Formats: sequence, structure tokens, C-alpha cells
Amino acid sequence: MINFVLLISRQGKVRLTKWYSPYTQKERTKVIRELSGLILSRGPKLCNFVEWRGYKVVYRRYASLYFCMCIDADDNELEVLEIIHHFVEILDRYFGSVCELDLIFNFHKAYYILDEVLIAGELQESSKKNVARLIAAQDSLVEAAKEEASSISNIIAQATK
Amino acid sequence: MHRSPMAPTPPAPVPAPSLVDTLFQRSLGDLVKFLRADPSAAGESTAVARALSEIHREIRAPDAATKATALQKLTYLSSLHFAPVASHPLAFPAIELIASPFLPHKRLAYLAASLSLHPASLSLLPLATHQLHKDLSPSTSAAASHNVSALALQLLASPAAAAAPDLAAHLAHDLLPHLSRGSPRAIAAAARVIAASPSAAVPILFKPLAACLASPDPRASTAAAAAFCELSAPPADAAPFLPLAPDLYNLLTTSRSNWALIKVLKVFGRLAPLESRLAARIVDPVCQLLARSAAMSLTFECIRTVLTALPAHDTAVCLAIGKAKEFLTAEDDPNLRYLGLLALGMLGPTYVSTVHECRDVIAQSLGDADSNIRREALHLMMGMIDRNNIMDIAGMLVSHAAKSDPEFANDILGAVLAACGHNVYELVSDFDWYVSLLTDMARSLHCAQGDEIGRQLVDVGLRVQDARPELVHSSRTLLIDPALLANHLLCPVLSAAAWVSGEYVNFTKDPVELVEALLQPRTSLLPMSVRAVYIQAVFKVITFCCNSYVERLSDSSKEVAVGLNGLSIDETVSEGRKAPLVSGDEQITVPSMMEKDPFSEKSIIHMIDLIETTVGPLFECNEVEVLERARNLIGFVHLIREVQELKESKVDDDEKHSWVKELVKNMQTVFSQEIGPVSLNAQEKVSLPVDIVLNETLAELDDIVSEDDTTPSSSILFYPRSHGSIENRNEPALSLGSSSLLSEHRKRHGLYYLPTGKTEDEPVDYPHANDPLLPASNESSLDDKSNTAQPVTGGKKLKAVKSRPKVVKLDGEDFLSSMVPSANVPKEDSLSGAVRGVLLDRDLKPSSSQKASDKAYEGIVNKMETGGSSSQWKNNVDAELVGHPTSSSRPSIQPSHEKESTNPLESDGKEVKEPKRHRRSSRGGHHQGKHKHRERHSTQPDVPQAPIIQDFLL
Repeated sequence: MINFVLLISRQGKVRLTKWYSPYTQKERTKVIRELSGLILSRGPKLCNFVEWRGYKVVYRRYASLYFCMCIDADDNELEVLEIIHHFVEILDRYFGSVCELDLIFNFHKAYYILDEVLIAGELQESSKKNVARLIAAQDSLVEAAKEEASSISNIIAQATK
Repeated sequence: MHRSPMAPTPPAPVPAPSLVDTLFQRSLGDLVKFLRADPSAAGESTAVARALSEIHREIRAPDAATKATALQKLTYLSSLHFAPVASHPLAFPAIELIASPFLPHKRLAYLAASLSLHPASLSLLPLATHQLHKDLSPSTSAAASHNVSALALQLLASPAAAAAPDLAAHLAHDLLPHLSRGSPRAIAAAARVIAASPSAAVPILFKPLAACLASPDPRASTAAAAAFCELSAPPADAAPFLPLAPDLYNLLTTSRSNWALIKVLKVFGRLAPLESRLAARIVDPVCQLLARSAAMSLTFECIRTVLTALPAHDTAVCLAIGKAKEFLTAEDDPNLRYLGLLALGMLGPTYVSTVHECRDVIAQSLGDADSNIRREALHLMMGMIDRNNIMDIAGMLVSHAAKSDPEFANDILGAVLAACGHNVYELVSDFDWYVSLLTDMARSLHCAQGDEIGRQLVDVGLRVQDARPELVHSSRTLLIDPALLANHLLCPVLSAAAWVSGEYVNFTKDPVELVEALLQPRTSLLPMSVRAVYIQAVFKVITFCCNSYVERLSDSSKEVAVGLNGLSIDETVSEGRKAPLVSGDEQITVPSMMEKDPFSEKSIIHMIDLIETTVGPLFECNEVEVLERARNLIGFVHLIREVQELKESKVDDDEKHSWVKELVKNMQTVFSQEIGPVSLNAQEKVSLPVDIVLNETLAELDDIVSEDDTTPSSSILFYPRSHGSIENRNEPALSLGSSSLLSEHRKRHGLYYLPTGKTEDEPVDYPHANDPLLPASNESSLDDKSNTAQPVTGGKKLKAVKSRPKVVKLDGEDFLSSMVPSANVPKEDSLSGAVRGVLLDRDLKPSSSQKASDKAYEGIVNKMETGGSSSQWKNNVDAELVGHPTSSSRPSIQPSHEKESTNPLESDGKEVKEPKRHRRSSRGGHHQGKHKHRERHSTQPDVPQAPIIQDFLL
């Protein structure tokens, strides 16, 4: 099971965190500090796994972002590597050649996509098409709701409430 | 639209956000821009703080839109900037908003809740139970309800649910329709709920969940496989999942999803060891997957399953090993190489030969760029070591360490040391090799394992008699190298080498060279604790040389009757001789064949000169341990010198020369006793003497205790010196002092001591508890100090019946390892601190030198009481007191009292009484010694404080 997902920029800035096991806020900060030190210092052409506190952290670098997932010691490292790639491809498809800024300004969307890919630390949807379709459907629902809410009559109704 | 970042934000005591707030609220995008405006850490934290205070106000707005935006911003801050959520409760507004009918708000709220809820904020979660219940139940609008329930399921599957068993139990029923639909979210949520409250959820959810395994929808079956994989993970017991085997087997043979197969294999990996028939059943499909699959993740999972769960099926294991070897040889993919090594590490002991086959690849991996691969390779290497190949592998590893980066080099050295030292050098059969390997390791470039190497050097010396010549030889190479002295990481090794060289000096080929090495100028770079060991080693060497010389001359004197008779005393003493011997340039009448001999008088004089010039300055040393040992050594050297001068002045004194001979021999016996490892249980094995009465005579102590023991000082006598229990063992003059203290103690508290068979009037000769044959009593002190009931070892040595040399091994093996390293720990601070304080307070030199001389003096006085060897000790007194006239007029004071007491005068006053009372009988000898000293004082050269060539040390 994946214990948490981290996206860290090359400068050590955190771009996304998702915790599938309970960690307190303090622990989270500590974990991130430790891991960014560990992973960012690794050179290229090394293997994508880091042993850390009895867990394994599988990471992969895409452009300036490190995608890291922490798994249990007996989990399948290569599978998680594939999950990371899967997630990146979906992000790429959704944002259209995704870059770090997309994730910074649409952080909640990144979360929604991640929630479609992973649930409770396991892959839930292995089809990229499906994920794209689901996200698009959700977006359209939300947009519809928003449009309805921001119609003039609604604003007036709210203002005069 | 948004408020300028610079605009002051009032603290808002009344949280009444107006319409203005709503209209001018910053959106998330604004917040992100604001945060990015100042990338410095300080700027960011102030921006976060300001944004938080703003959000704090906004989030209380009655208006849902404002609240939702505030919540979104807060979620952002808490998940990426780790803003303290506790002070800005994210959970409550999130739960409020979950109830919103407006989908975007609901979505934000669920996101916030699933990100932020953790055990600390769980008290709020029950508030959401009703809403979750509502969201999970199917409603009219199909599309919307699907989304809503998906959100609710998401929350249930988040770690928060796992920590709130009540919530999970209440909502278990609501999951059922979603489970039957085969929703992966529902399956994941069900797994979480079952894990959170098994008693409540299993009866409801387990069967529907199991049914999902057989679902035609691959998404459902994959999710179910993952769910069971998680539920059966190690802390839990996998046995209850055995009934699922048919469904899982079905999935294994039919599924085309690698994701699902990996999970199924994992579950089988846990189930197969529980049921052998199951193992037999799955071997074939697993092998097929292994052979066919192109996906490395699946291949590796098959390898792992076979190696860990199906080790009895040889064909499968062979296939798996074949694949693992393919992984190993993947040149371009470090991931596969790493996993290949990992797979080899999973092989059980029955397939050790396979690991051996891959030795070359593994050895190559030791040099890999990736530290993970290197570490794994090292791990495998260590696993391969056995008695036959240890020399190969350890040698290879040590030479590899020289090429590695510092961290890994030390990993290697640590692993080799641990493997070789395991269970008292179980694997090592050639100790000569091992000793030289230890020195190689010490010389290795980045070596930081000095403590362990030093410990093992001493340990091997103690345990393996046959290794000692090589040990001494190797120590020599370490000691004579001036370059090593500057490396502070090697101090423990040098300390051990010095100790070994001193202790087993009889194996030294060239003692002169050894003394020169031990006294070379750069030793001043060593820490004081190590210098003390060096000085002590010099003491042992010089004693050994003198003794050898005396012995040999007395032997040869039997053959060459007259001429050498004079010579025999010559080296140290020699009264009848006319040739002056004081300096090395003098003509030597010893036969020429002896000139290059380390035991010739020339070389001994050379050593003595060297000792005086280099050790003499240490009289100024602040470190008591060094000071004390230096003083001991110089005292001994003076003794020898003095005799020479007697001889120069042609005083014919047969007695003199015989006692010097005796002195040398006695000193030699001090060092001659073998030191062995001591069992942890040694103390228990000392049998209780029959005549000991533990309870009755305590009353007699009253007067003693009341008078003498009011100062806490008596306890210090036996304070176990953390500094070198082993080194102390052979410290003659120190033990002179301490044995006298001991005897003093014994006199006072004799009933606590085991009977010695002698009267208390001969305290110095009191032998070891149950080994009355031990020659000199001088060592007894340290045995008491270190609580090591040494005599017991003799009987406890286990004789290893192997071709390898005998290795002494005791039952309480951890003891040594815990004891020996402490040898290098600096002396206890309280003591040296107190002494230092005293020294700094008053006139520094007199008190320090006095103290040391007092101590030696005390020992000598006590020695003299023994009568038998009094003559030699008289001289010792003289030597010790040269240059310290003050001490002769002082009553003897126990040095430790003075050290201990913050007010020396007070303790002096108390102590003065005590020796008088107890030593009345010995007064005569005492005074005699003093008088003698006074007589001779004028004729003595002023040696110890003589100006020393200070530069030599620097």
C-alpha cells in the first residue's frame, strides 16, 4: 500500500501531498524534510528506490518535479513506478503538457485527479481514458452548478437575503 | 478585485464578514500569487501568517461561497505549507460545507475533510455521520448522486475513517449498494472500514467484498484483490483469508490485468506457507506467468512469491533464480540490478550455492554508483561468508573499502569487523591473517572504525595466544608510522597497538625501536588517555629489557666466571665495574656480540636516556593519568641510573647489586601475569569461604567507621576507573600506590576480604581471592577496581578442539565487548576535574608533583613493610623522592583523599591520624627510608625536573 504521495520541486518546495496513512502535521513536516534531503541529493542514473525508515520510497523525476511514493517494504517497487508514470500521463493529458505551474495554481484539481487514480493507497483506475472521462464529467457538473449560482438572479437573491 | 496584499488586515475581533468581504475576498489563485511574490522563507512565512488570519475571519462567514473559498485556501495552506491546522480548525467548516447542496462547495469540503482529518480532529467526524449517510444513499438525480456518493466514499477510504471506528460501523450498511455495483471506491472504503472496526463491519461487508473478487468487471476484481492484499498484510493474520483461495486462483489464471495479478500473487505469497496444497496448486500458474510475462513488475512479483512462499518447488525456484540473474545483468537499468540483488537476498540457506555463483556480479555491484545497490551487494557478500572463504571475501572487501567513498567504506569495514568478530571470531581460523587484516583496515583511508578495531586487537591478544607474535609485529608497523599519529580516528587503534606491544613485549624483535616509536615526538598529538597507554607500554618494554639482560648475564656468568660477574649487574647496576656507563658514548666492555643486541647495556642506556628526555616533561602534565604513569616510569629509570652512579663512585656493595637484580625481576613479575578475558559470571563462581562471617562482626567497625570513614574518600579507592581497566592491570607503580591503598583498606575492613592465609600485617602480599599462587600482589588492586575476578578465568578457558588456534571464550561474552572499549574513555570527569581545580587554585607545580610522589611514596612505604623485599623498595623510595623534599617531611597521605576532597586541608587532618594508628609497627621502616633518602639526596643528580628538550616533543 502507498503510505503517501509527495510532489517536490527541485528546489525542495512541496507541490502536492497526499497521506493514505495517518500522520500528524508535525510528522508530515518531518517526513518531507527528511525525504526531500534524501531524494533531491541523488544523482541521475541511480535506481529509483530509496530505503527509508523501513519503508521504500519510489521516486521519479519529471522535469523539475520529483514524484515520490512511499510504500511498505514488501510492496512492488516497479508497480509503483508504473503508477507514478500513469498519474503523470493523466495529468499531462488533462492539463495539456503539464508543468509545475499548472499544479501550483490548480492544486485542488491535481488532488481530484489523484483521487481518481489512487484510493486508500491503491490504484483504483488503470485506464487513463476512464479517468479523463470521469474528471471531465465532474468538471462539467461543477461548471454547471457554478453557472447556475452565478446567474444574475441568484446574486441578487443572495445580496438581498 | 482582490484586496491589496499591503492593505492592513484588522485583527477582526468580531467575525462578521460583510458583503464587502465576500466581494473582495482573495481567490485561491490570488493567494498563490501572493505567496509566490516573496520567495524567501521569511517572506513566505509572513505571507502565510497574514493569509491565515484573513482566512480565519472569512471562514466564519455565513455566506457559503466565502466560506468555501476560505476553506479552499486553508486546505492549500495546510497541505502545502503545513500551516498549523489545530489553531485554524479546518475540520469544522469542512463538515459544515459537506452539507451544502451546491456541488462545488461539497467537493471542496470533502477534499478538505479527507486531507485534514486525522486522529487529532476526529472528535468532529461523528458530526458528519448523518451527512455521509445521506450522501451515500441513492437519490433522484443519478449523475449528481453518483458524484456525491463517490466523494463520500473517498472520505471513508481516507485514513481518517480508519481512526474513527464508530463512523465506519455506522455507515457499513450504506456501503452495500455501492459494493454490489462494484465501485472500486466502495471496495477500498469497505476495506478501510473492515480494518477500522472488524467486529462491526466484517459480518456486513466481508461477503459482498469477497463477491467482488469474482466480479466480471476487471476494475472491481482488481480493487478487491488490492483490498484483500491490504487486509492480509503482515501485522494481520492471513489465515482467515484461506477460503478466498478459489476466487483468487481464478483471478490468477484468468486475469489479464498486471495490477490485479500482482496483488493476487501477494496474497498467495501470504497464504501458501499456511497450506501446502495451495502452494502445489499455484506453482504452475506462477511459473507460467514468470516465463511469459513481459512486465518486469509482474516478473519480479513472481520471483518474490516463488522465493519467499514456494521454496520447496525446485523447478520454480530455478526459474526464478534464472530471471533474477537476468535482472542482475541488466546493465542499463539500476532498478533491475537492485531488485536482482534483493531477490538473491531472499534465497534461503538451501540455495547458498546460487548466491556464490553470482559472486562476481555481486562484487562488481559493490562498486556501483548507487548506494542502495552497493549496500545490498554488501549485505549479500556478508551472507556468503563462511569459514572457508572468509579470507577471500574479507580481504576483497577491505581492499574494496579503500576505493569506496567514506561512508560506504565504513559500512564495509563495520560489516567485516562484525562478521569476523561474530561469536568470538567463530569464522576466523587464521589469526595471523586476521590480525594483519585488522591493521590493514586501520590503515584504510577513511577508516572510522578505530574503536572496534582497537577492541578486537586487544581482544584477540587476550584470547588467542598463537596470534600474539603477529599481533606484536602488526602493532609495530602501526606504531612506527608517524603519519598515523595525527589521525584522531585511529587513536583507539594506536592505543590498542601500544598496549599489545607492551603486554606481549617478549615477542618484539627490536625493543629499542619499539621504545623509540612509542616515544616519538609526534606522540604529543595523541590524546592524553592514549599517551598514558604509550607510557605504560614503554614501562613494560624497559622492564622486559632490563630483566632479559639481567637474566642472560647471570646465566652467562656461570660460564664465564669472573669477568661477567661484574657485568651481570652492569646494565642496570654493576658496582664492581670501573667503566663508566652513564652516557652512550662511553666505551662498553660488553662483548661485541652484544652490541647490537636490544638487551645490551648500550641499548638499554639509550632507551633510558630517551625516556628521561621525552617522558620527563610530562611531569608538568595536567592529566593525572599521564602524570602518574610518567612518574612511575621515571622513578624506575632513576633507580637504574642511581645504581650506575653508585658503581661509578666505586662503591662496592654486593647487596646493592643483588637487590637491583631483584628489583628488576620483581618488576618483571608485575607484568608477567597473563591477562585473560573475564566471564560475566566470574564473581558468582568465587566460592564463599567457610569461615567467613557476614553478620556478626559489624559492630567492631563502629570505631573505625566513625573516625575514618566520615570522608567519602574511601569509596574512591575502588572506584572502577573507566580509564583502562586493562592497562591499569599492569601498571606497576600505580599499582604500588593503589595496592598500598588497597592494603590500607584491607587493614581497616579486613573482614570484607576473602581470607588470604596470611596475617594482615602483610597486606601487600595478599593474593587473589582463590589463586594464592599468583606471584606479585601488585596487580590485585586493579582486579578489585574493575570488578573482574580474574583468577576464575584460568579454569574457565574453553579449549577449542579445532585446528585453529585456541580462542578463549567465556559464557558471558558480551561482557568483554562492553568492558574493553571503555578502556579508551577518558577518566572520570569529577575526579580529574576536582584535581585540576585544586591544581589551578594553589601553586600548581608543587602540589601536583607532591601528590604523585606521595602516592608512590605511600605505596613504597607499604611495600617496605613486607620485609622480604624491603631493600629494593628503599631505593624506590629514594628515586621517587628525589627532587621532592617536601614529601619526606609530610606524613603519608592517601592521594585519593586529597584528590577527592575539595578542602584538602581538612581531609589531611583526618588522614594524618589514621596511618599512625594503623602503621605503628611499620614506622621504623618508614623513617628509615626517609632518612636514607635524605642522606642520599645531596648526591643525587637533579633528575626529574631537569630542563628538558621541549622542542623534541613538538
